[in-house]
This record gives sequence, C-alpha cells and structure tokens, in this order.
Amino acid sequence: MSAVIQSTGLTRHFGSVEAVNDVDLTVEEGSIFGFLGPNGSGKSTVIRMLCGLLAPTAGAATVLGHDVASQGERVKESIGYMSQQFSLYSDLTVMQNLTFYARIYGIPRRERKDRIEDVIGIVGIGDYRKRMASQLSGGWKQRLALACALVHQPKLMFLDEPTAGIDPVARRELWNLIFKLSGRGVTFFVTTHYMDEAERCSHVGYIYFSKLIVCGTPNQLKALPEIVPENTTRLEVRCTRLPQAMQTLSDLACIRDVTIFADSLHVLADEGNEGVIDRALREGGFGEPMVNQIPPTLEDVFVTLTRKHARENGKSAVV
Amino acid sequence: MGSRPLFRGITSIIYKESIHILRDPRTLFLMILVPGVQLTIFGYAINLDVKNIPTVIHDMDNRRESRELVDSFVNSGYFNIVAVADSDEELMRSIIRGEAKVGLKVPPDYSDRIVRGQDTQLQILIDGSDSTISMQALNVANAIALRKSIEVLTMRGATVAAPGLDNLPIDARPRVLFNPDMKTVNFMVPGLVGIVMQVVTMFLTAFAIVREKENGTLEQLMVTPVSRLGLMCGKLVPYGVIGTIETGIVLGLMTMLFRVPISGSLLLLAALCLLFLFTALGLGLLLSTLANNQIQAIQFAFVIMLPSVLLSGFIFPQESMPTPIWWIGQFIPVTYFIQILRGIIIRGAGFEDLWFQTLCLAGMGFALLTISTLRFRKRLG
Repeated sequence: MSAVIQSTGLTRHFGSVEAVNDVDLTVEEGSIFGFLGPNGSGKSTVIRMLCGLLAPTAGAATVLGHDVASQGERVKESIGYMSQQFSLYSDLTVMQNLTFYARIYGIPRRERKDRIEDVIGIVGIGDYRKRMASQLSGGWKQRLALACALVHQPKLMFLDEPTAGIDPVARRELWNLIFKLSGRGVTFFVTTHYMDEAERCSHVGYIYFSKLIVCGTPNQLKALPEIVPENTTRLEVRCTRLPQAMQTLSDLACIRDVTIFADSLHVLADEGNEGVIDRALREGGFGEPMVNQIPPTLEDVFVTLTRKHARENGKSAVV
Repeated sequence: MGSRPLFRGITSIIYKESIHILRDPRTLFLMILVPGVQLTIFGYAINLDVKNIPTVIHDMDNRRESRELVDSFVNSGYFNIVAVADSDEELMRSIIRGEAKVGLKVPPDYSDRIVRGQDTQLQILIDGSDSTISMQALNVANAIALRKSIEVLTMRGATVAAPGLDNLPIDARPRVLFNPDMKTVNFMVPGLVGIVMQVVTMFLTAFAIVREKENGTLEQLMVTPVSRLGLMCGKLVPYGVIGTIETGIVLGLMTMLFRVPISGSLLLLAALCLLFLFTALGLGLLLSTLANNQIQAIQFAFVIMLPSVLLSGFIFPQESMPTPIWWIGQFIPVTYFIQILRGIIIRGAGFEDLWFQTLCLAGMGFALLTISTLRFRKRLG
C-alpha cells in the first residue's frame, strides 16, 4: 500500500493566529481516514490546504503525488470534494448539476452520458433526474453532492462533515455508500463530529488546538498506554440514579475518571477495585450495581488525550 | 392577570443590537459616514447656475477693442477661455469634441468699425447638446453684448437720445448648434442610456457572484480545476450578452420613442457601447469581491450609483462643480461614456474627437478587471 496523502510539518498561520501547527499525516491508499477535532481546531484549514485551496505557511504535503503548494491545480483535477453545507445549484435539476460538474472537469462529450449514468447508479438517484435540487430532502441532496464529486472518477475523496444535519437513516445509507466506493478502491478523508462514525473508519486522526494529537487505527489508539495507564482498568458500571452515582464514585480515591454513557457509567479506576466500587454503590442505595471490564471507546481515547494535552500545555480542556 | 411590562426586555435587546452594529464596522461606516459625505459632495455638485462655461475664441481682429470685448466675457465669470482657434473649422472642432461649449467669433474689422462709430456683428456659437448650459450661455452672452453696446454708446457721447434695441452698435448673433430647439429630451436621454446600462450590467454581475458566495457554491467551484479567469469570464460573457441586447433596446427606444436622432456613426457608437459594457462588468466584478452577501452588494451599489448620477454630468453640468468634486467625477467610468454618447448622438462626433474618453474608459475597464481578478484570488487563497 502506498500513501495518497503525506504531509510533513504542515503549518498555516492567519496573521498571528496559528490555525494548523506542524501536522504530520499519512493516509494510505484504500483507507477511510476519519479526521476528528472540535470546531475551530484546524480541521477545515487542513482540508483546504490538502485540496490546494490554501497555501501552507510552512511544511509541505503531497496529495496523489502532487505537491499541494506548487501543483494545486493538478491536485484539484484528481480529487473529489464535498463540503459540509449543501453547495450545489438549487435552481438546477439533478441532471443539470451533474452535467455542469462533468463539463467543468473536462469529461469529453462522448463519455459524459456514461459517466453521469454511472454515478447516478452508484448513489441511486435515478428516480429524481428531472427534480430541482432545492426540492430534494437533506439525504438526497448529500447523495447528489456525492455524485457530483464522483463524476470525474477521483481516486481520493474529501468529505467535510458529510452527515451534519441529515437524519439517521440517510446517515447510515451515506456510510454504506462510502464503504461501497471504498471497496472500489477510492480513498476517503472524512471529517466528522460523530464518534460512532469515527468507529467506522479504518484510520482516525485527532486534531486539537491546531495540533494533530494522535493518528492511527482505532484499535491502535485504544491500546495506547495513556488511554489505559498501567495498573488501571476501564469499567462499565450499571446502577440506578446515574448522576448521583457518578458523584459518589468520583469521591473515591481509586477512581481516575467517571462519565455517564447512555444508561451506564464508564469508569477508569485503579486495578482490582471492583469490590470497592460495588460496596460504595450498595451503601449509597444505588440498587444492584453491575460492574464489568470493557475496552475503551474512541470517545474515551479523545477525552483522555485532550485532557492530557491541555494539562501539558497549561490550558484548560474544553470538552 | 399578572402585570407584564409593555417594554419588558427592551434594554437587553438594545444591548445586543448595539453589539451587532459595532461588530460590523463596514456597515457602520456605510450608515454613518457615507450619507454625510455624499450630502456634502452632491450639495456642491447640484448647481444649475453654470459658471466657467468652457469657451473657445476665434478673434480675427485681435486688437485693443476686441481684447476688451473678450475680457468682458471672461470677467463676467460665466465664460472660461479653454482654447484659441485660428479658423472656423478649428472653432467647430473644439465644440464637437466637447472641449468647449461656446465659441466666440470676433470679425476682423471689429475694432475699425467700433472706432469709426459703425455697427458690428459678433457671432456666438452655442453647443445645444447641454440644454442647461446653452440656455445660460445664450442669456449671458446677450447681456454682455448689450452692456458693451451701452458702453460704446456712452463713449460716443450718447448722441443718440434713445437707442432702440434693434439699433445697437454691437449686434450679438447667437446660434445654437446641434440641438437648436434646446430640447431637454435630446440632452437627457443619451445620458440616461449610459446610466441604465451601468445599473443593469453592474448589478447583474455583482449579484451573480455574491449569490454563489452566499450559497457556498463558490467554494465548491474553487476545488474544481476551473481557472479563476475561466470562472470570471464565464460569468461575464452571459451578462455581457444581456447587456448588449439591452443596449440595443435602449438605443432603439431612444430613437423611436423619444425621437432623438443619432447624428454620428452607428458603428462607432456600437463599438464604444461594448467598451463601456466591459468597464461596467468590471465594476460589477469589483463590487462582488467587496461584498460578502447580497445586502452588502446593494449597499455598495448605491455608493457607486449616486455619484454616477450626480457627478457624471448626467444631470448637473460638471463645469460648475468645485475642483475636488469635479475630480471625483473624473474617476467614474460613466462620466466618459455620457460624454461619448452625447458626442456621437447629438454632435455627430467621430473617433478623432472622442479618443481621450475612449482611452479613459478602456484604461478603467482594464484596471477594474485586473484589480478584481487579483482580489478574487486573494480572497480564496
């Protein structure tokens, strides 16, 4: 496998503001790379640099073998890009939007029809050819946007928060499309806020305060020593009155961290303290507690790393 | 019923709204400064009492008496000698070119006849393409000739008891050229053609791009291999075509509905209209790089429109404007276009008379397009 995106020391300043700081990134061919980070952490700036829209202040990046600073136009020809807001022409029909993008990417007239039908087939928008883009629902709009970005058969797709604001069914269908295309050899670079989407990616990177904090496969990240430090264990605790139980547990000396997760508590505790926890909860009247060991989630990974990073940089973690 | 104060929460809304206003210095600038500046500038410009009418002199006599006559024209404050002609043709050319609005012709035997106590004739040619100026020039020239006559009579010892008006020593013969009836319509409609063309073209272009900015489609386009010039010219061409059709309609209405004949070359008119369209499109493009949304585009368009109407010579003669305000007018493309339109349509001017205006328009169009292309690049880069 070869790298389709490779950046070293990628940095961008806006005046005195450091938007992206020294980012080293490698995205392998065929992977689905999930790029995570809070708003304003530099995600969009990284994407804009990788797409050849913005020149780096320092460092360099190659995308599909082209240098983003000097060969921005070559990069643009070979990638597909789908932005977070719906950015197609709402007063054009589905077919007209597709034809427009096919022409702009210079697809010869002879091939145009086949290419358009091809992407229509992939995203399954065939029933809406003559429909105005403004009359499509959110999920269909995203499919159309994906089709437009695919029409020139890019090897690499950038999706900037593709599922923001669409319903759960459409969200799942869009991910199924991503997997389908990934199966055809398309590499994806996806930004998202959703942890469950991050879990679907083959690789994830987490950017925080303009710095790339971590990068790797989800399993690699979960196995990082700072996520489950030596002599500690991650536990799932089921009991009643979770908010109060959380308070009770965080007062215990052996508890490093505790958060509510759906109908249970996720606890990072010193090893061998299951009994202590069980007792404390019974005494506090939190029903019949159940304590189980669990692997960390990506959310655990990012929360832990963010706090650690903030501690080391003297900033308070905003999570 | 519980008491519900009528203005509950008003202070918090005022507080929040004040922050909105202060956060957006561009709008604040437009709201506070621009109206004051415009009122000041336009207040000075709106002056229908024309002074300093550019005048060309053809003094075939050129002796003491004739120079005194010319001086009395200058000293009146209404005439400003901009050129001295050596022949009738030169005098006419100067008026056709728009350089002078009034031509004063003194006969070669003027001094001799005055000294000998004979009557003499004075020819005054007035450009009728600007009805305000020509009316003023006509009245003032007559008044000066009359006063001069009385002076001469007094000097002769007032031997004539009561001279009739038809019996004056200096007989001013004013002749209004090009628009002899001084029809306002002939003066206003060609100018209006320029204003209308600018409005439509500038607004269409500006909105076409600002809309893409608002919708986020511009960013999507930027990630495609489309070149900046390809994008900008692709936007300009369709609106250029609309502008061209519109120009044809407006000129057609002018000749058929308002009965304003085109005295000059139709081909030259068409060519220079295209040149102006190019400049107006450039202006629209610049506007679109300044504005981030359609509301701002409208605000900026107004900042451009008012001077285009008031300072370009469209309504108020530029001759009477104070120098700094006159200079502002020289930076407005439509100023030159209105001069071109009136030149060709009313006075039948040719390219040799209008090359300066043509050069200014072309220069501005090129500059506008260059600046907007560079700004466009910067904004997205």
